[in-house]
Amino acid sequence: MEWELVMGLEVHIELATKTKIFCGCSTEFGGAPNTHCCPVCTGMPGTLPVLNRQVVEYAVRAGLALNCDINRYHKFDRKNYFYPDLTKAYQISQLYLPFAQNGHVDLKLKNGDTSTIRIHEIHMEEDAGKLIHSSYGDETYPDYNRCGVPLIEIVSEPDFRTTEEVIAYLTKLKSICEYLDISDCKMEEGSMRADVNLSIRPKGSDTLGTRTEMKNINSFKAIERAIAYETKRQIALVEDGGRVVQETRRWDESKAQTFAMRSKENAQDYRYFPEPDLPPVRISEEEIAYYRSICPEFAEQKAERYVSELGLSAEDAAILADSKYLAELFEGTVAICKDAAEVRYWMMTQVLYFLNERNLQPADITLAAEDFAAFVQIVKAGRINRQTGKTVFEAMFFAEAPFDLEGYIREHDLEQVDDDALITETIRALIAANPKAVEQYRSGQTKIVGFFVGQTMKQLKGKANPATVNAVLERELNQG
Amino acid sequence: MQIQNMTALEVGAAIRNGSLTVTEAVTQALDAAESSNARTNAYITICREKALAQAEQVGQQIANGSLTSPLAGVPIAIKDNICTKGVRTTCASRILENFEPVYDATVMQKLQAAGMIAIGKVNMDEFAMGSTSETSYFGATRNPWDLEKVPGGSSGGAAAAVADRSAVIALGSDTGGSIRQPASYCGVTGFKPTYGTVSRSGLVAYASSLDQIGPIGKDAADCAAIMDIIAGSDPMDATSLAETPTEFLAGLTGDVKGLRIGIPSECYANAGLDAEVAAKTKAAADTLAEAGAIVEEISLPFLDYVIPAYYIIATAEASSNLSRFDGVKYGFRSNSYTGLTDLYRATRSEGFGKEVKKRILLGTFVLSSGYYDAYYRKALKVKALIKQKFDEVFSQYDLILCPTAPTTAPAIGQSLANPMAMYLSDIFTVSVNIAGLPGISIPCGFDAAGMPIGVQLIGKPLGDKTVLQAAYAYQQRTDYHKQEAK
Repeated sequence: MEWELVMGLEVHIELATKTKIFCGCSTEFGGAPNTHCCPVCTGMPGTLPVLNRQVVEYAVRAGLALNCDINRYHKFDRKNYFYPDLTKAYQISQLYLPFAQNGHVDLKLKNGDTSTIRIHEIHMEEDAGKLIHSSYGDETYPDYNRCGVPLIEIVSEPDFRTTEEVIAYLTKLKSICEYLDISDCKMEEGSMRADVNLSIRPKGSDTLGTRTEMKNINSFKAIERAIAYETKRQIALVEDGGRVVQETRRWDESKAQTFAMRSKENAQDYRYFPEPDLPPVRISEEEIAYYRSICPEFAEQKAERYVSELGLSAEDAAILADSKYLAELFEGTVAICKDAAEVRYWMMTQVLYFLNERNLQPADITLAAEDFAAFVQIVKAGRINRQTGKTVFEAMFFAEAPFDLEGYIREHDLEQVDDDALITETIRALIAANPKAVEQYRSGQTKIVGFFVGQTMKQLKGKANPATVNAVLERELNQG
Repeated sequence: MQIQNMTALEVGAAIRNGSLTVTEAVTQALDAAESSNARTNAYITICREKALAQAEQVGQQIANGSLTSPLAGVPIAIKDNICTKGVRTTCASRILENFEPVYDATVMQKLQAAGMIAIGKVNMDEFAMGSTSETSYFGATRNPWDLEKVPGGSSGGAAAAVADRSAVIALGSDTGGSIRQPASYCGVTGFKPTYGTVSRSGLVAYASSLDQIGPIGKDAADCAAIMDIIAGSDPMDATSLAETPTEFLAGLTGDVKGLRIGIPSECYANAGLDAEVAAKTKAAADTLAEAGAIVEEISLPFLDYVIPAYYIIATAEASSNLSRFDGVKYGFRSNSYTGLTDLYRATRSEGFGKEVKKRILLGTFVLSSGYYDAYYRKALKVKALIKQKFDEVFSQYDLILCPTAPTTAPAIGQSLANPMAMYLSDIFTVSVNIAGLPGISIPCGFDAAGMPIGVQLIGKPLGDKTVLQAAYAYQQRTDYHKQEAK
């Protein structure tokens, strides 16, 4: 039988506000345990939450970008459960009246197809702390730094049919959040977390199969693997005459398998009820209008502009526009040096290569547009050739900005040699020293010219202008 | 000078005019608290050293003119569910037996800024759950008027301390009558402000949507004076109102001419209402009528639904609020457990008393999947209807007058043996919390056994000053509030 895959996603995104959602503590990642805490976020008796209005702003702007209806009046609810990382034994979340509903995200896939993922709702909530399990002994230590870090949870409809759609969706969420400047969406650091609800059904069926929910997936790569594993597991189970059980399963990255955590029967009763400590939140038409007015240009519009205005190919434009950090560097550099083609060349060949090779994120780039533009201008002016340029670019890319480009070229003596007399002199010496090769060339084996180019470059430490070398070689070899 | 029978304002005035030092006042209060405690068990913690050190400092500040509050230097007792930095705050529970807060409640910061001095933390029903102050882990508090009787609750320690003349004034909290009912039983004045008038930051929550801090004192003027200190919007409490009344004390003129007061006929039709209580509260209405108020009979037809709605909302919120006491972070932890779930189970089974556990179970039940709509959601609807009904009444009346409690103080042990009767005795007080209204209980006479009776005045939202005004007018014309427990 042919099976169809049906998936829905619940994506948690940490909002990058300076302070937590209900107190004034820092949200910064990675502090020493329990140093970003106060009586409120540690749930001391008598403390009360006070809503950080910036969280509402960030959340609503995300909701608008995801084409949601924004509820002008929404409320918080308590989700009750016991766990040592949850200081109050309840999480303040939104169940009955979330701030955003009925959105959608349009995806453009690699093969050119498009698809639309509907968003059921987005709600605001607070994050819990972390438990650190002792590597020796059986002790567990809570770290409450993350308690109260603001989150939005984006709940999709079960509209995903392929892994590619899932990845495209997450990539797009990340891109949108970057452009809105509301989250860094780093899956590895947990600032973006995706739970995948997955079921299978016979192709052509329009009823949904029993789903499982996979948690603890910490990278895009892991998502692909987890989906592949769970699909296979469910198909094998059903084809063997078994039934999929509705349950939560934990993805184990090292074993590359999912494991049952708890079944529906054992699902916790969270006893949701309206949070009495927080009055309902109201959002005015003026606020909405303002958030719309400051909505930035997102990846698709940017990519279209790169194609129509800057002459990039659709593929290159999409890659550069997807990441705010790449787009900012690209556009910033083009704005100064006015040479989109040359900037594109260095972005696509060098920048992407370094990110990939060093496993860096676009957000990690420290290269300044000013330095990049100055570099492009030096290359364009012929002061260094492209080969030397690669060395210079690498040094500049990994150095602290601002980069002393002139100093670096001087110090390493990299200025392009375009001195006709010097090149001619070098070439004449090579011709004299290699009569056999000259003979070959003159007998029609013109490919041997490559040997002379290489030797000339070697003599001139790679700094010679390739165009001049070629011209002089042609002139000299064809003489006499 | 003996402060025993002085009001807080009189003590403050004596300190300011130099006839009494802060240290003398505080020492007298501490001595009285210690001797009273042997009889009444009103105090859980008496902070002698801290209070005396503070008295020294406040005395200097008053002398150099940096403290000018009419209550500067006045000793005060604090209910033990209000967080006091470095002074244990137990909520009368084993689970917080040795818990010392790392911060001061907003009201404590305000009291300190005004130069008032906390002499101790007073007893209460465990986590404010009860009407008798018998459910305390530290033992029941006794009524100074008759040590075999309860002082009421949950702020029973606060009411007993003021009635026994050890505390000049006290702060309590009121979720369903916990300030007004013990004030009534102990012959003192207890004021519950409009919800959101006094910050709840630092009040260990019982039922967040109903809890409100307020004073228990010897008279309405003292309550007004302390409201001037503790009322006001607080950035640490999102449910505190942006605008709250001010100048409570200055507003007291004693004039009630033309004030429209409604008397709900349903209260007097209540089967549980004691005849002596009915007679004395009616007499109180007559006194206010003689002073120029217009007193008329009104109808509050929802009274039958008040108790069930209250116990659903209060216990639901409590079940969530008390979940943080899990033995993980602070407070009591059981000695014997295996694994995490058992740690929770053992700690909470041993740490909480019977009444608290009963209410947690009830609250957990009404919020559980499949029952939420039938109970909690319905209770919220009742709450909305009660508010609406009060709004209708208050479109024509300034105040409602009714008994505070159906009877005078019962004997120790009597209420807990019949919990349904105990819950029903909250009937006149809980609707005030459900609707977030201000209410006061003032002494209006004694029953044949000599036990005090209280009458309740209820105001419209933010009508706190009108409530205090009428209470003050009544106390200017009567001396029940000046009577002393023997």
